[in-house]
Amino acid sequence: MTDTNDTRSQMPLGLAQRGYTGVIQHLSAREAGSALSDIELESRLIELGFVEGARVEVLHEGLVGRDPIAVRVDNITIAVRRREAMAIIVA
Amino acid sequence: MELPLLHLALVGTPNSGKTSLFNALTGSRQKVANYPGVTVERKEGFFVTPLGRQVSVVDLPGTYSLRGRSPDEEITRDFVLGKASGETMPDLVLCVADATNLRLTIRLLLELKRTGRPMILVLNMFDIATRRGINVDVERLAKELDVPVVTSIAVRKGGTADLLQLTDEISSKLAAELRENSWRALSVSELRATQREADRIIADCVSLPASPDTLTARIDAIVLHPVGGLIVLALILFVMFQAVFAWAQPLMELLNSGFDALGELVHNTLPAGLLQSFLQNGVISGVGSVIVFLPQIIIIFLFILLLEDFGYMARAAFLMDRIMGGAGLHGRAFIPLLSSFACAIPGIMATRVIDNKRDRLTTILIAPLMTCSARIPVYTLIISAFIPARDVWGFINLQGLVMFGLYATGIASALLVSFVIKFFMLRDYAPAPFMLELPDYKVPQLKSIAIGIYTRAKMFLQRAGTTIFSMMVLIWFLASFPQPPAGATEPAIDFSLAAIIGKALEPLLAPVGFNWQIAVALIPGMAAREVAVAALGTVYAIEGGKEAAEQIGQVLATKWSLATALSMLAWYIFAPQCASTLAVIRRETGSWAWMAVTFTYMLLLAYAASLVTYNVAVALGAG
Repeated sequence: MTDTNDTRSQMPLGLAQRGYTGVIQHLSAREAGSALSDIELESRLIELGFVEGARVEVLHEGLVGRDPIAVRVDNITIAVRRREAMAIIVA
Repeated sequence: MELPLLHLALVGTPNSGKTSLFNALTGSRQKVANYPGVTVERKEGFFVTPLGRQVSVVDLPGTYSLRGRSPDEEITRDFVLGKASGETMPDLVLCVADATNLRLTIRLLLELKRTGRPMILVLNMFDIATRRGINVDVERLAKELDVPVVTSIAVRKGGTADLLQLTDEISSKLAAELRENSWRALSVSELRATQREADRIIADCVSLPASPDTLTARIDAIVLHPVGGLIVLALILFVMFQAVFAWAQPLMELLNSGFDALGELVHNTLPAGLLQSFLQNGVISGVGSVIVFLPQIIIIFLFILLLEDFGYMARAAFLMDRIMGGAGLHGRAFIPLLSSFACAIPGIMATRVIDNKRDRLTTILIAPLMTCSARIPVYTLIISAFIPARDVWGFINLQGLVMFGLYATGIASALLVSFVIKFFMLRDYAPAPFMLELPDYKVPQLKSIAIGIYTRAKMFLQRAGTTIFSMMVLIWFLASFPQPPAGATEPAIDFSLAAIIGKALEPLLAPVGFNWQIAVALIPGMAAREVAVAALGTVYAIEGGKEAAEQIGQVLATKWSLATALSMLAWYIFAPQCASTLAVIRRETGSWAWMAVTFTYMLLLAYAASLVTYNVAVALGAG
């Protein structure tokens, strides 16, 4: 999987479609525009397992605006709004 | 020699099975209260170890870290650090992990270790992990973490035997286990480093099966489908509503007739007089009118606890988040608001699932606007007396339509109020982002649910019961004093403070079309909405004789104008006429001010709605 990562372009998880799979490259809270401070958002994401190298898969989307999304992070499932997911850069 | 009481604290992430372990250890020997000054639930239980040591164990609020980002999490942090006011520092911390999902707990444990408290890592739900082919090298894990590790199956009899034994072993050498506290709030990079360290340890000690749990994935394919999921949710709600209204009915009637019989008994045994009146009208009928709601509360909590245990609640919040977000509500507010259709009291109690303070407060403030079952007797009485039972457009029953309209108005105004709160009152408060773990589905455990229902029911009876009792004493006093002078021919109530207040209020209520009899009925109706029906009956019985009281609907139809009736309906959509709801709001928000805010805004809305309704109706010729 890591081989293909080099050729795939990086994107925020907040833009990913249902069925997307990838690996977290880094966190960039500043770009998310969340109501939380950058540090707070980043801390919370880490506490829910969103760390560099974790495998993610978008499992489900909500009805309105395809939001929020349910993301498989390694072996747990986390629901998160797309706005906050913009801070998670995947490839 | 008597050993001193050992203090344990349970710490773990949400969904770690902490509560089921707590229930397994303590059974029904639990005490539920609030931490002083905050509305965080404090659950303490007691048990005895195999060596006969008395143990007190506190189930701390679930948390992913010790940063303390919410009042709940602050409690957990302060408690472990021994800084929580009035609390004993725990002798031993049990860090509870879901054995099928160690990642987040191991990170939490690495942080907890810095506090220097003696600790045990409890790998709960070990049977599920084994069945799924997850292999944990317990010895190696204990060595890597430098913390004793024990497996447990909280839901099985004897599943905590190893834990109890280890507790005995460790508690005999606690002093040796104690380390210095080096904890301080972690920076983002330290947080990341501990997660990396956790992941490394897990990679060394845990082998995952080739194929992950597919049952959860298969259920979620339906339950979280954008459209299918909402249909499933609607079906669950439909069953829940049916249960609350239909299943509870026979029990409620039984309780009702039980209290009536008890009142009758008191009436016949005691000589007529103040004591008889106080016991029958004040204590028995007053407290009875609240206890009647116990079956509904039990059924609501049965559903809530079942769905929570199963793992569905987080899914419901996921489905509803954006839909409710438009009105400034959090996805998690959905279930509490839903419960409020039965009764606002369990609804407001259920807001504890919302961890953000602002979101929780908004939900508490609007929950009483949901049409609770206590409004139904009032609505039914007035609708059947004033609204003709004819069909409109050939197939819709007009009475049913009015009833639906009353429900719809309640919901619409709740959303509107939430919107207003969002924009004007709590604007500077950062809205909580929706970030929630969707746990794997689990079979609900009957014992856990039974204990949960038992503690809720007990809390309802104790707390709401005492408030209602004191309110009822007050109302009985108002309606009974001063006593009529000897030889008076008018009914006793005419001389009472209640009548004096009713008549004093009449000028205020005249613009909305209420007469003094309604004003009098509204006073006992403060205790519980449906009491107003009985009170109206009493007041009009005095004028029209006993016969009239039995057919209160027909009396109203002759005494009130249609405009007054409609105004009364509008009043009841909004009026804060329920002392126990206000008492619960005061308790759950921990503040008299928020109770006053709720009372005032609802009263103003009620008055405005009635004023508009009455005047429009009069202008249209219904006066």
